Amino acid sequence: MPDVALTMAGRCIRLSMRQLDALLTSLLLPVLLMLIFVYLFGGAIETGGDYVTYVVPGVILLCAGFGSATTAVTVSQDMSGGIVDRLRSMDVGGPSVLAGHVAASVVRNAASAVLVLGVALLIGFRPAAAPLEWLAVAGVLLAFVVAMSSLAAALGLLAGSPEAANGITFLILFLPYASSAFVPVDTMPTWLQGFAEHQPVTPVIETLRGLLLDTPTGEAWTALAWCAAILAVSLAASGALFRRRTA
Amino acid sequence: MPYAIEAEGFHKAYAATPVLDGVDLQVRPGAIFSLLGPNGAGKTTTVRLFCTLLRPDAGSARVAGLDVVADRHRVRRAISLTGQHAAVDELQTGEENLRMMGRLSGLGRAESRARARRLLADFDLTDAGRRRVGTYSGGMRRRLDLAAGLVGRPSVVFLDEPTVGLDPRSRQAMWDTVAGLAGEGVTVFLTTQYLEEADRLADRVAVLDGGRIVAEGTPAELKRRVADQRLELVLADADAYASAALVLDRRALAADPGRLVIDVASDGSAAHVRGLLDEVDPDRRAVRRFALRSATLDDVYFALTGHGADA
Repeated sequence: MPDVALTMAGRCIRLSMRQLDALLTSLLLPVLLMLIFVYLFGGAIETGGDYVTYVVPGVILLCAGFGSATTAVTVSQDMSGGIVDRLRSMDVGGPSVLAGHVAASVVRNAASAVLVLGVALLIGFRPAAAPLEWLAVAGVLLAFVVAMSSLAAALGLLAGSPEAANGITFLILFLPYASSAFVPVDTMPTWLQGFAEHQPVTPVIETLRGLLLDTPTGEAWTALAWCAAILAVSLAASGALFRRRTA
Repeated sequence: MPYAIEAEGFHKAYAATPVLDGVDLQVRPGAIFSLLGPNGAGKTTTVRLFCTLLRPDAGSARVAGLDVVADRHRVRRAISLTGQHAAVDELQTGEENLRMMGRLSGLGRAESRARARRLLADFDLTDAGRRRVGTYSGGMRRRLDLAAGLVGRPSVVFLDEPTVGLDPRSRQAMWDTVAGLAGEGVTVFLTTQYLEEADRLADRVAVLDGGRIVAEGTPAELKRRVADQRLELVLADADAYASAALVLDRRALAADPGRLVIDVASDGSAAHVRGLLDEVDPDRRAVRRFALRSATLDDVYFALTGHGADA
């Protein structure tokens, strides 16, 4: 199974690299969003410091969510073509197929995170993280990407077509906006604050921000617990959905 | 000799609508077996049950001597499935697709590469091997799809309508390939809507209709049952039709009072046609036209089931 999953991951990575339009979107969109937030909105947003410093963790997370969400589309494409029947007739099971898609998502997201960070450094982002903290940042991002990609994979199995899967991914994309990613939560209406503070993206953002800026975080375990919970639910749902879709 | 494929009382229903309603069949090792039937007859469902992609609601089946439910993992190592939808990635090259199948079949890296090269050569795709599948023609894609199914050296190959949508040349090439497979001792189970395809390829043919096998035999036996050649008589008017129908009685294979047409079995010889015309129409006024034609799938269906292939 590990060998098979690796082959499937290699396949998904190769396919990602060759979908040029999707690849460019997933690499350039986060950079553009960052530039928009920093140069267009940033002047009007008061976060008690340099806005670029405040917003970069949020943009990295937004792009991780976006990159993960495309997993729904790639999974759905496989399910609607002939490939899934052939794979199953070769005894390649659902877990290997989905693991391949999640692994490709991790690789895609690593590339776009590095790109966003590079551009952020160019426009004045000055992180204070030590090497160990950078490692922790990578770890938290990895956990988040794996969790969200698995969720997206489950949604991809749920969707009837790649187009429907694409629509579903927008739901995932809205989460970072209603979090502390772009504006402090206490500037939001009271009714939204409750949601923004207790949704999974906020603790992940705050953890990233704390690690990058070397300030106390305190939310790391909440963030990891959210990721673990999302992953567990997604895996269980995927197993059931894969069996249902292929019955 | 044990059968390569056998089914006993195969049942499958979707939402209480039976798709397969007690299918029994046996296929000998190394044979080409064709399951013939119109759209919706249950051909694809039968293939998916044999390929372990579906579980039967009742009945049992063995492929390569292994039970398709209890031993499904071992069945999968013995078979390959080439379905109606191409199971190759358009964004990978032909060679990459085949190498991936090799790795998934448990071959090593070098072995996968060698096997891919060999299959590309066998399927006349060597020049196209380094091009993305997205640039392939329909026929090339179908050949690659079939090659991808053979990477793991299956002993039983399932082909679900392998020539749908192919031009005549590609269809002929596919037939040659399938015949070649059987020559190497591989058992081939193929579904088709075309009597001609079953006729050209298959050692035995089963006709599936409404979820049941309604006839089974060699192509020659099957066609003899529905008459290989048939004489289509167009009568002059309703009276002529009525008297011809009376004379021919049960020899009429098909009759259409609206169009004033009656079909009769014939060996196609001038003597037979002449004799039949004299018998039906001694005054040489009743038959306006006649045509001699080969039996079609429609005729097989009409004869075996009492309704046309479109029904």
